[in-house]
Amino acid sequence: MTKPASISIEAVGKTYGSFHALGNVSLEVGAGEFLTLLGPSGSGKSTLLMALAGFVIPDRGAIRISGENVVDRPANKRNIGIVFQSYALFPHMNVFENVAFPLRLRKCDRAEITARVAATLQQVQLADLGARRISELSGGQRQRVALARAIVFEPRVMLMDEPLSALDKKLREEMQIEIRELHQRLGVTTIYVTHDQREALTLSDRIAIMNKGEIVQIGTAQQIYNEPKNDFVADFIGEAVVLEAGLLGFSGSRRFDPSARLAIRAEDLRLRVTGATEEHASLRAKLEAKVFQGDSWLLRLCLPDGRQIYSRVQKPDEPLVGQVSVGQSVTMHIPVHKLRALQ
Amino acid sequence: MQDMVPERISRQAPSHAHRAELRSRVAHFAFVAPSIVLVAVLVLVPCFWLFWLSAFDVDGSLSFENYRTVFESAGYRSVFLTTFLVAFATVLVTILIGGPFSLFLVNIQERKARLLLSAVMLSFWTSVLVRAYAWLVLLQRNGVVNTLLIDLGLISDPLRLVFNFSAAVLGMVHIMLPVFILPVYGAMSRIDPDLMRAAASFGASRSQALRQVFLPLAMPGIAAGGVLVFVMSLGFYVTPAILGGGRVYMIAMRIERSLSNFTSYGAASALGVLLLVATGVILGLSYLAARTILKVR
Amino acid sequence: MNDGFPLNRPLRVLSWAFAVLTTCFLAAPSFIVILMSFSGSDFLELPPRTLSLRWYEAFLSSERWLGAAATSFLLAGLVVMVAVPVGVLSAYGAMKMSLRWRSLVQAFMLLPAVVPAILIAVGLFFFYSRIGLVGTLTGLVFGHAVLALPVVFLVMSAAFASFDFDQVRAAQSLGAGEVTVWRIIILPQMVYNILVSSLLAFLTSLDEVVIAMLLSVGRRTTMPKLMFTSLRDQIDPIIAVVSTLLLVLAAVVVIVLQLRGNAVRKR
Repeated sequence: MTKPASISIEAVGKTYGSFHALGNVSLEVGAGEFLTLLGPSGSGKSTLLMALAGFVIPDRGAIRISGENVVDRPANKRNIGIVFQSYALFPHMNVFENVAFPLRLRKCDRAEITARVAATLQQVQLADLGARRISELSGGQRQRVALARAIVFEPRVMLMDEPLSALDKKLREEMQIEIRELHQRLGVTTIYVTHDQREALTLSDRIAIMNKGEIVQIGTAQQIYNEPKNDFVADFIGEAVVLEAGLLGFSGSRRFDPSARLAIRAEDLRLRVTGATEEHASLRAKLEAKVFQGDSWLLRLCLPDGRQIYSRVQKPDEPLVGQVSVGQSVTMHIPVHKLRALQ
Repeated sequence: MQDMVPERISRQAPSHAHRAELRSRVAHFAFVAPSIVLVAVLVLVPCFWLFWLSAFDVDGSLSFENYRTVFESAGYRSVFLTTFLVAFATVLVTILIGGPFSLFLVNIQERKARLLLSAVMLSFWTSVLVRAYAWLVLLQRNGVVNTLLIDLGLISDPLRLVFNFSAAVLGMVHIMLPVFILPVYGAMSRIDPDLMRAAASFGASRSQALRQVFLPLAMPGIAAGGVLVFVMSLGFYVTPAILGGGRVYMIAMRIERSLSNFTSYGAASALGVLLLVATGVILGLSYLAARTILKVR
Repeated sequence: MNDGFPLNRPLRVLSWAFAVLTTCFLAAPSFIVILMSFSGSDFLELPPRTLSLRWYEAFLSSERWLGAAATSFLLAGLVVMVAVPVGVLSAYGAMKMSLRWRSLVQAFMLLPAVVPAILIAVGLFFFYSRIGLVGTLTGLVFGHAVLALPVVFLVMSAAFASFDFDQVRAAQSLGAGEVTVWRIIILPQMVYNILVSSLLAFLTSLDEVVIAMLLSVGRRTTMPKLMFTSLRDQIDPIIAVVSTLLLVLAAVVVIVLQLRGNAVRKR
């Protein structure tokens, strides 16, 4: 079993003409860790991943894998397993030949190749599909072949570039859990790129949020969700509302500077006070619309100054939604400890 | 009463839809008809005429006389041989130059590739005569190349560069290269670039990736281009006529020559029919081969 | 993004050298004729010792050449008028057909390009002799039109393939009839492609040698036929002038094509 590698990205930058794809990115990834690069399109996450892979050469900085700087090393000498967004399966080879490819390049003997390919296909639940042609496979199956091919040679690092974006919702969620389990079993250091925050939250040990070529915040899923550093993060993860403290009414001891900007999760904006012992802040707004979304209700509220905000009412509070009507003025309650001051 | 209404509607609906579909079908065929007629009258009819003429001998009776003449006469046989030799040589050189050239285009920046392609296009759309003339100017006894070599002192007597087999092939390669490059480049650029990157990520060297991933995928396009070039070379007239200077006698030239003699109309037609059949057979075989290979894939 | 393989500088240099050499091989020879056309002497020599316009003057004062040029241009114009409408309609009709029929039509439309020109020429010669069209402009127009058809068909098929036919359905839902749809929706958006097909059809006819060789005689001799016989008999430097003319036209077409390509890409 190959020892998983630690990755150290040191002040990496890449500019295309006048466009700064990567500003000054530094990041440490521990051996065996699953880190997700999360951000909108153009944030630089794919560029960073490709720099790790060797298909993008940074203009400055160093990339160390297990201590050694690989920036000058071509991609075909980095021994990294990559799952491309388009899977990049070889159409003229069948499933077995695709997965066997890295092993053949490493001059493994036939028996070993057969055994390892079979074992890997078993791991991704494609046990008897070795003889199938790629064109005969479904999207989900192709995804697994791409995975199998990338892990069969036991790389020390795995890179995945939005591998699930082409799948439908249900399949995507199934695959997310499978990838997580696979990672726990193999323990290989993995860097994963996605723009889907829910995916990031499901899979990762840590998440690095990127925007405009920079890393904005790194932390565990819970850290990022509950303690967003700024507007961008608060907005990107979960549904957030950002308000000035002066708009809220405080009855207890906790006070905020009226001009402080507070992030509130849409689901923390509640129709009633929960838990009599908790301090709550209150907010008056006019109910403009309420929409049933299956597992929750989405409420659109209008603040006195005309701004629109959203509140998500979960199942337990559903009866309360029926008690308020559109056009009515309502009081929303927020547990004070859920308020996050932003910089 | 209630049962009747739905039935009436359902009986009407299909025939109405049917009629509308039929109308549009007819319209589509009407659009295509003029060109079909043109091609049928101006290509198929002349071909059938050739078939017809080739089936009658000098006395006007149905026979295989013409074909016998063609197969038995040494002159005709050597024309066939020359034609196939020239075509083979042309395809070979074209693939050897055009294949790597297309590969190169795929691997450079698109902007630069387009620049080079426009030069290829310019060559493609330049008249065959202009190109033949240009090669004459270059390769003649007192042409550019010879003058240059003599001035540089490399040779003392002018070389016989033109009016021979090589000159004819050179001219044909010059014509066929763009015909080959354009579709082959198209086929190669449709290969997902991530495939080569994937191969690299697994540790393949450039030549390993080319051989095991790229080439197999580019093969259909290259084969199609090669067949096209071969088939077109078989029927070529202008370039070998001018640059071969009468020493490279291709089927097309023989056919044209025969027209000046009324009694050999039959033989000329037979030759033409054979050329047509050869073209058709080669194209048909390669189409079938392509279909079988794709099915296996 | 690079391809992932180590940078091999010598390979790079060699590849570029090969590519540039091949490109020069393809494009350069034709430019020699431009130089030749300005040569002052009677012989083919390069570089020309003296530069002059005498051959241009000779061309412009030669009744034979001017007549051939006029015939060729007239012929090409007529060919465009026949081949383009027919080709556009057939590309459109083929697009609307089911896949099976469409493949058949496409194969049929490519026949004139696949059948060797000499055979079409000879066959037409026999055919035309019967109906008295040898040496006539009409015969030539049709002979060339059928050669230009595949080009028009290919260009317009590609154009229609990327055309959003939902626009037509939208127009029909708003009440437009077939003719209106063509006039207001389809044709205005196809102008560039129709222009390109016309240019290519024009050029195809202008450059055509084989059919012209057999079917154009006497007064209806085309420029290429005259060039061909001149090349075979004695190499008249006027050919350089004619070649330059044809080359300039080809360059214009390629520039138009590139501009169209750029316009499409910018969208």
